[in-house]
Amino acid sequence: MDTLVHWLQSPWPWYVAGPIIGLMVPLMIWIGNRSFGISSNLRHLCAISQPHSVGVDFFKYNWREHNWSLVFALGAVLGGFLAGVVFANPEPIDLSVAFLTRIAYWNVPIGEGFLPPVLFGFYWESILIMFIGGVLVGFGTRYASGCTSGHAITGLSTMQPQSLLAVLGIFAGGLFAAHFITPNLMSYLMSVIRP
Amino acid sequence: MMRFIPYLIAGVLFGFTLVKSEAASWYRIMEMFYFQSFHMYGIMMTAIITGVIGIQVMKRFTGRASLEGSPMEIPVKEPGRYKYILGGIVFGLGWGVIGLCPGPIFALVGMGSIGALAALAGALHGTWLYGVLRNYLPE
Repeated sequence: MDTLVHWLQSPWPWYVAGPIIGLMVPLMIWIGNRSFGISSNLRHLCAISQPHSVGVDFFKYNWREHNWSLVFALGAVLGGFLAGVVFANPEPIDLSVAFLTRIAYWNVPIGEGFLPPVLFGFYWESILIMFIGGVLVGFGTRYASGCTSGHAITGLSTMQPQSLLAVLGIFAGGLFAAHFITPNLMSYLMSVIRP
Repeated sequence: MMRFIPYLIAGVLFGFTLVKSEAASWYRIMEMFYFQSFHMYGIMMTAIITGVIGIQVMKRFTGRASLEGSPMEIPVKEPGRYKYILGGIVFGLGWGVIGLCPGPIFALVGMGSIGALAALAGALHGTWLYGVLRNYLPE
């Protein structure tokens, strides 16, 4: 029992996590002929909140046909609660020395858990940055009809050129933001917030 | 209600794995974009390899009934070019700052993260904005 709890608490290596995530692709087909992906739930949530008679055409459809997808997302929320709260890892995150050196250069203190408090804490500057970043994620995933799960995992597993285009775009955008935007935002946050 | 239970279990397994593998960690995503750890690349590679094998196995069963009864097929993406590359870039620009893609956003909301809640609120607004502007965007 102790070994099981210990295993559930400690972080999982990539060769355990990767195959579980990849298994979602055939699993969703087997359960109900569904394409594995999570970002379409953002559209369904918009459709739920829009009155049926008025509003944007893109959200006028019977979202109840996608209940299964919303249940999958609810499961992900629950899974996050179990993994991050009930079976939380008591140890600090084991980052590479090279990256720790990089973070130290940004003056970002590493708190407990695996999210930087300066960006994920209750500070209005941080909340604004997370909101705007979220807008880009929501807009981009719907424009590209999928995110990391729908394109990088499902799309590449089924060898679709459209998904390769999306993955190249995602990685190009991510590299640019991580190298040229994030360092400036983090120094800005460190100058206005003292966590 | 019973027919949703497999989806709930799959979702729990997905969210649990995202957090346990630290793929939902901002630090891990930045480490990936700075090429300073193999961890995220290992996850992506083994996930795709497993997906490819899974799809090859499922191809033998196409047309047969899934658990729900609908015949099983291999999913196909709609045609298009610009929407995939441009949409991908916009998503990437957000991902490279907040370090969260939609899966981890849902998983971290379950952990009660303020930042993830703000990102979810933003993502819903961004999705809405796309719905409003989609007729003016190149496909």
